[in-house]
Amino acid sequence: MLHEVLLVARKDLRVEWRSKVTIGQVAPLALLVLVVFAFAFDANARLLGLGAGGLFWVAVLFGGTLLIQRAFDLETDDGNFDAFRMSTIGAPSLFLGKSLGVFIQVVLLELVLGPGVVLLYDVRIDDWFLLLAAALAGTVAFSVCGVLWGVMAAGVRVRATLLPLLLIPVLAPVLLAGSRAFETAFGVRAEAGWTWASVMFVIAAVHTAIGVGTFGFLLEEG
Amino acid sequence: MSQIPDSKHMTATLGTRILGSVAVAAVLLMTLLGLVVSPEDLVQGHAVRMLYLHVPSIWIAYAAFVLTAASSVLFLIRSRSRADGGRHHDRLAGSAAEVGVLFAGITLVTGMLWGRVTWGTYWQWDARLTTTVLLFVTYLGYLALRRLPADPIVRGRRSAVMALISFVNVPIVHFSVDWWRTLHQKASLSVGRRPEITGEMYWTLLYSTLTVTVVASWLIVHRYRVIRLEELRDEEALNALIASRLREDDVGN
Repeated sequence: MLHEVLLVARKDLRVEWRSKVTIGQVAPLALLVLVVFAFAFDANARLLGLGAGGLFWVAVLFGGTLLIQRAFDLETDDGNFDAFRMSTIGAPSLFLGKSLGVFIQVVLLELVLGPGVVLLYDVRIDDWFLLLAAALAGTVAFSVCGVLWGVMAAGVRVRATLLPLLLIPVLAPVLLAGSRAFETAFGVRAEAGWTWASVMFVIAAVHTAIGVGTFGFLLEEG
Repeated sequence: MSQIPDSKHMTATLGTRILGSVAVAAVLLMTLLGLVVSPEDLVQGHAVRMLYLHVPSIWIAYAAFVLTAASSVLFLIRSRSRADGGRHHDRLAGSAAEVGVLFAGITLVTGMLWGRVTWGTYWQWDARLTTTVLLFVTYLGYLALRRLPADPIVRGRRSAVMALISFVNVPIVHFSVDWWRTLHQKASLSVGRRPEITGEMYWTLLYSTLTVTVVASWLIVHRYRVIRLEELRDEEALNALIASRLREDDVGN
């Protein structure tokens, strides 16, 4: 199964490596969102510092949604789902492989956004370990939820508007927990950041279990 | 020969007519109890009357979403073994979700009006309010997914999985008031705990909950039948189209 998961992830990453959409388009766009936030807050350094954790996750949500959309456009445009149905790759492997591919791309996006937040919003990191754990948990949760909703919106004409409508309410707890955990890691909130990070791990685990159990239903034709 | 019944018997049967009559009578009595019999609250004043609709509405929204999730599980498990492909469970899930969204909307509106009188503002970024509006939007998304043009079984599967995931949000909403310290008061009624209200208020709230449950059941039955009629209409339209194309081919040949 691990071999199948890596095979699917490698395929997605190879396509991405050749097109360079994540690094060339989505990451700069997400950085632009960070700049636009500064316009919205009238470049108030104190406000930006206080909200930096939340703004980081909103930018991840924005950029990540585009990545998920793209991850499924690649499959539907050329009818790849039919190939998947006929292949010996199991639905759980496909789900985990697509999730791993999205996870790595979102990590790349965060590696661009993280320094952006630190430099543009003048943020100091007090707890690196919490920051990394929260980023890991949030990114896993984002990736598995994204793949689950991505496949539901795949192939329909209104997918560009449907995917955010489906995805954002479900990811709201991740956004909330990620923001609070990051704020604790940045030292702007004296709250149990680890509790929030744990919430994200639980959300990630629940959605991974649902995805592994139900992805087969979503792939089946009538 | 069309399977769609005539307009007189579209969605009504003797059972639903009786249920509907009971629902209307119960709502009238609920209005009387809530507006006249029940006294005003010492702290909240007349605003407390809003809660006779607000609390039962969120209860029935939760119950409807539980029904949606349970029907979705049955759809996923039994769709292959049932003659109708599990469409019965799919229809039940869809009709319950629609009624759940309606009552979640009523909860939000009555809650905002109550908040304006009691808190002095329509909206607070309180945990339960925020998560309720998220729940509402999540199920609006579910209904949007159900309306997509697709093969009914494929659409049913996607909707069923979405209902399952959305259902994960329901306990978060319900217990969020305990997880986070917020403005919102604790539940007025809950199993295994002494109620925080008594007398006429307590009985009015219990009665309102029963009434809203009857109304919601009535609506769900009718929505189920309307969905069934829509499916029949679509199937008959498709069959008519196929028949007309075949006739055109025959004439051409």
